[in-house]
Amino acid sequence: MNRIIYEFTESVRIALAQIRANKLRSALTALGVIIGIVAVTLMGTAIEGINTGFDKSLAMLGDDVLYVNKWPWTGAEDWWNYADRPPLRPEDAVKLNRIISSSPDSELEFGVFGDSRSASLKSAGNSVSGVFTRGTTAGYARILTADFEEGRMFNETEDESARQVVVLGYDVAQALFPGRSALGATVAIHGQPFQVIGVLARQGSFLGLFSFDNQMVMPLGAYRKYFGIRDDNTEIQVKIRDKTHLDNAREELTGLMRRVRGDIPGQRDSFSINGGAVFKEKLDPIKKGIALAGLFVTGLSLFVGAIGIMNITFVSVKERTKEIGTRKALGARRVTILLQFLIEAVSICVLGGIVGLGLTYLMFAAVRSGMPSFPIEFSPALVVVSMLVSVVTGVLSGVVPAWGASRLDPVVALRYE
Amino acid sequence: MSPPAPVETRPVRPVGPLVIAIEGVTKLYQMGEETIHALRGVTLDIRRNEYLAIMGPSGSGKSTLMNMLGCLDTPTSGKYEFNGNDVAAMTDDELAEIRNREIGFVFQTFNLLPRSDALRNVELPLIYAGVPSGERHERARLALESVGLGNRIHHKPNELSGGQRQRVAVARALVNRPSIILADEPTGNLDSKTGVEILALFEDLYEAGNTLIVVTHEEAVARHARRVIRLHDGLIESDGHVY
Ligand SMILES: Nc1ncnc2c1ncn2[C@@H]1O[C@H](COP(=O)(O)OP(=O)(O)O)[C@@H](O)[C@H]1O
Ligand SMILES: [Mg+2]
Repeated sequence: MNRIIYEFTESVRIALAQIRANKLRSALTALGVIIGIVAVTLMGTAIEGINTGFDKSLAMLGDDVLYVNKWPWTGAEDWWNYADRPPLRPEDAVKLNRIISSSPDSELEFGVFGDSRSASLKSAGNSVSGVFTRGTTAGYARILTADFEEGRMFNETEDESARQVVVLGYDVAQALFPGRSALGATVAIHGQPFQVIGVLARQGSFLGLFSFDNQMVMPLGAYRKYFGIRDDNTEIQVKIRDKTHLDNAREELTGLMRRVRGDIPGQRDSFSINGGAVFKEKLDPIKKGIALAGLFVTGLSLFVGAIGIMNITFVSVKERTKEIGTRKALGARRVTILLQFLIEAVSICVLGGIVGLGLTYLMFAAVRSGMPSFPIEFSPALVVVSMLVSVVTGVLSGVVPAWGASRLDPVVALRYE
Repeated sequence: MSPPAPVETRPVRPVGPLVIAIEGVTKLYQMGEETIHALRGVTLDIRRNEYLAIMGPSGSGKSTLMNMLGCLDTPTSGKYEFNGNDVAAMTDDELAEIRNREIGFVFQTFNLLPRSDALRNVELPLIYAGVPSGERHERARLALESVGLGNRIHHKPNELSGGQRQRVAVARALVNRPSIILADEPTGNLDSKTGVEILALFEDLYEAGNTLIVVTHEEAVARHARRVIRLHDGLIESDGHVY
């Protein structure tokens, strides 16, 4: 049906001419839509940023790793319930691994004990402080997700003999040995000389907050010797065989740990299992909060915008009553008139949507270049969503006045002055 | 207005087949409590190639009859056949179709779209007729040439004089080759010199084989027509070749 196409293009042309002729009025009307679209797209960039950032970060942490700790990661409200739990000890990991290796269809692969703290270190010319320092056993190589920029992990011999060797995170190595290889160099940690045997490849940061490149790993023996073990802080990281069986693995691990720890049946666990879903859940309220706030602002401004556009379309219909009469006299059908005013309303919304999207993109680009690791993402889906939202808003706000226009009696419309 | 040409020297074209047949048409308007009888029973035949003037004092029902003839309005009672089709039985969209293809309107106030140039204005009926854009431009351009505005096709209405605007409106009325051209007080908003120009244009259109119905309250305008119908209080008072 060619006619509909010609009428459609004619309507778009008329609508754009109308908007051009009433620039200020259209701009003010579109403001609500612009704000609404900015809100919805900003919300989208934030949520998407958190999601991708989270997935990336989770992969860095090891999304196939469960953490056995004294404390649960979520909620510190009831800390006294956990305070008298005995600390996790290296022997717990040894026992755990013994049970795992004797049960062939276990969901678990391997556990490794570790403790961590913040420390500073020095090279000949430079020093870095606040480095996340982990003391662990050689098995940690199986848990670590990072690649090696150069060098290697310490081995069991070095571990057992508490050799003073260390693996540096990318940023730490860069800070101490800018533009040079750190491999083989000696650094001072806690006043003690440690030899660098490996440097990890660059990993990035967790949600842009906690850098994975600002860390170092050393044998537990050496760590214990110079830092001591902080009982409250120790953990066993347990690698699981299949990350899609996370829940089964968690259940099995709970059982095994109760055996390892000698928890009496009926008594509560003397440990907490963290990681995996617990971790994701922790972000859900943040995402929900952003979504709720975003939806509220979006809904409110789109509602205000829609009312404004409905109003302006009523005005437009009123102002052009005679034109409607003329068009009907020349053969415009009802649907033609309906389409014309609907397209006018939708055009204002879509233009508003494009402006809003543009503003969001500018903000996104500014934040991206200013703070590269800030968790935001701008995806094509946002373009689609905001255009859809604009069109729907336009249709909803235009349909009543446009319907009224299409039903006008041509004689009455022609007499209108 | 200039004095009319003597009747006997004007060519009268032979009339063609019946286009409009109305019989006992009435139109009532309800104004609150009051019922206004705009038309009280009008019977009229109009044939192709006629040049008809509808005259009468203000409020006599001229515009009402005109709207009826132009299928903008339907009678309260009575019969109206357009090219043999019963108009009363038509839906709004069918009426729109008839207006688009069979009727060309010329209004007293020109009723051009202010932001569209002459060509666009003349194209409008063709858009509603579903004519592809190439053909549309060409036909609109030819229609504007035929009313002497071939050099003004890209002018907006506010860049044209009153007479030129009405010519654009006439071109728009012509462009879809309608069965009849309906003009309601086409010279009402023009000075007398331009009014005469428009009437000369109508004369050309008549001679070129168009059917014209002009509503007017001015004798000087009616004098150009070949047949004059006089309305009074919603009834036909006289119908004939007056001059
Ligand atoms: N839409 C309408 N509603 C109410 N009354 C109308 C309407 N249109 C016309 N009338 C009345 O009908 C009568 C005829 O009007 P009209 O056909 O416009 O007369 P004319 O064009 O001869 O001046 C007048 O009394 C007018 O007031
Ligand atoms: Mg009138």
